[in-house]
Amino acid sequence: MSRTGAEALVECLKKQNVDIVFGYPGGVLLGIYDTLFDADILHVLPRHEQGGVHAADGYARATGKVGVCFGTSGPGATNLVTGIANAYMDSVPLVAFTGQVPTALIGGDAFQEADIIGITRPIVKHSYLVQNVDDLPRVINEAFYIASTGRPGPVVIDLPKDVVAGKTKTKCSGKIDLPGYNPTYEGHPLQIKKLLKELSEAKKPVIYAGGGVIISGATEELVKLSEKIGLPVVNSFLGLGGFPSAHENYVGWLGMHGNFASNMAMTETDFILAIGTRFSDRSTGRLDGFAPNAKIAHIDIDPASISKIVDIDIPVVGDCKKVLKQMEEYLDKFNWEKNAESRKGWLKKIRAWNSERPFSYKKSDKVIKPQFVVEEICRLTDGEAIIATEVGQNQMWAGQFYKFKHPRQFISSGGLGTMGFGFPAAIGAKLGRPDKHVFDIAGDGSFLMNMQEICTAVQYRVGVKVAILNNKFLGMIRQWQHLFYNKRYSYSCLECQPDFVKLADAYGCVGLIAEKPSEVADVIAESLKIEDKPVLMDFRVDREENVYPMVPAGAALNEMIYGE
Amino acid sequence: MRHIISVLVENNFGVLSRVAGLFSGRGYNIESLSVGVTDDPKFSVMTIVTHGDDKIVEQIIKQLRKLINTIRVRDVTQMDHIEREMMLVKVHASPKYRAEIFGIVNTFRGKIVDLTTESMVIEITGTKDKNKAFLDVLEVYGIIEVVRTGSVAIARGSKATTDFTKQDLKH
Repeated sequence: MSRTGAEALVECLKKQNVDIVFGYPGGVLLGIYDTLFDADILHVLPRHEQGGVHAADGYARATGKVGVCFGTSGPGATNLVTGIANAYMDSVPLVAFTGQVPTALIGGDAFQEADIIGITRPIVKHSYLVQNVDDLPRVINEAFYIASTGRPGPVVIDLPKDVVAGKTKTKCSGKIDLPGYNPTYEGHPLQIKKLLKELSEAKKPVIYAGGGVIISGATEELVKLSEKIGLPVVNSFLGLGGFPSAHENYVGWLGMHGNFASNMAMTETDFILAIGTRFSDRSTGRLDGFAPNAKIAHIDIDPASISKIVDIDIPVVGDCKKVLKQMEEYLDKFNWEKNAESRKGWLKKIRAWNSERPFSYKKSDKVIKPQFVVEEICRLTDGEAIIATEVGQNQMWAGQFYKFKHPRQFISSGGLGTMGFGFPAAIGAKLGRPDKHVFDIAGDGSFLMNMQEICTAVQYRVGVKVAILNNKFLGMIRQWQHLFYNKRYSYSCLECQPDFVKLADAYGCVGLIAEKPSEVADVIAESLKIEDKPVLMDFRVDREENVYPMVPAGAALNEMIYGE
Repeated sequence: MRHIISVLVENNFGVLSRVAGLFSGRGYNIESLSVGVTDDPKFSVMTIVTHGDDKIVEQIIKQLRKLINTIRVRDVTQMDHIEREMMLVKVHASPKYRAEIFGIVNTFRGKIVDLTTESMVIEITGTKDKNKAFLDVLEVYGIIEVVRTGSVAIARGSKATTDFTKQDLKH
């Protein structure tokens, strides 16, 4: 049956089980919007395309499904760029549709024309400029497949206006024919055996588990492996939630603001089993001081991530969950008794480190400590909420003081470090997981970057809770200026700020403020009662609180500083 | 180390910019890049000459393999191979020196493809070193212009360059 490109597009989205899209209309998208008007798909209108793409990202991270967003040609498309780059860095499955001027006008500097394929080329997993309406169903099919398989990532589909308006009979199903794209899922058995052999001979082994564990859904297998052999588990920042933080084998997270035990364990270990992590520079610290005595095995679905930063002794290319299952099969072939005592002693040492130097701060009953706010949110939500974060101190405190139980519970911009990500991502997460409390743990600076999305949350009755750790500073910038630039606070002070309670009121949602530590719990408890609209909580926190421990840039992991 | 990478790609929109952009975006160096369609119009082969230590070349190859439209990537420098580039050289050739230049062109097995009273254009193919030697000899006559294709390379023997397995490689 012949239908327009726009109709085919909506039909293909339905076929991909897309029930929610985040998009902003524009001239060349009008054909699609006319079709979406009647479609059985929830279309969410953000107030800025960047909000839309981050919401799609948050939705994808919270649900494991592909996030979908729309932006029109030119400025609509370029406004998506930050969100696409963000999804690329953190391996988030995303399909971004952009409008394009009619094919006959492409290249002529037409109104609202931008070469979005060229602009996004370095930050996409793949992209398409659809030049013929008959290609559209195949392209959508391929795009969802590419975005969600292998190492996930964003795919851009650029849609010229005439292609969307054209007629096609092409069906939405069809075999995927991508001869150059064959992700490896099963690990090589020889490599896996080699890994287990080395692991059995290690005296101070550590599992270093990253976001790949969450993406592949390997938590259960990871817990099993850790328990069976008695292996401590260190998370990367994006790995938080991939291993239950209350587990007795849990060490913490490593890196610039990770905990003492993790950074020490990584420095002293003799064998790292890295799973689904890319050895980000924020995690490793100075490379020549990183795990100086360790052999390193690395399981990752992306071969290019292996030995990219750190030289790997035993590479295993494959899906984390599949490879962990394969490991289970061979486990009994190796002698785990031999070094069981050393491993026990090692675990004991790590636990001692953790009780000696846990994440901590100077408590106060006069001024609100930002860490206290996060602890209270954790306590009052029983550690079950989905936590999105902005970027900066708020993000680090969220990672340090919320105790995560489950995968897909922590949503944060790890790779790109995008200020303004958390709030729209929280909206997307809440739309995907309405059964959960969803918080955006925010700084005042980051929140101001995309606060226009309050409108979106109000319109769609999205009950997200924004906890602004308000210190009237770009806190992390101030911290670096404090530590490394002689307290010269060059343009990091946010002297002008809205009254967040009145702002909430203006948008038709709820604003709450806490100025004393004794008010914190009440404000959070109040927010938990409100489910049909967003809540802004303005926590007036200690203005000059720093995040510790800290591995200064260029230092090794064991060269942490702990404050004055 | 100089490496010649052979990349079999789908002959799709934007493939060249993805490959070239990968090099520029990640700070790899391209000495030359030549592309042409294969006997099957659905595919092209790119021959990329690059410099880098083992770690960098390993990354280049892995990153190239990640591109959705690349089908095979091979380091041809690890195989017995033949490498050629073509040059067109325009040189001053007044009647006084013409015979001399003819002699040089013959020695290097070049071909004269254009001739005027003042100049000639020579077509020459060979390895980069041979072509450089040719230019060195010709320099005294006054080179007007040089255009070159960049290298193309193919493995010796009956197997397709982009189809070798690990065992076929020297190490």
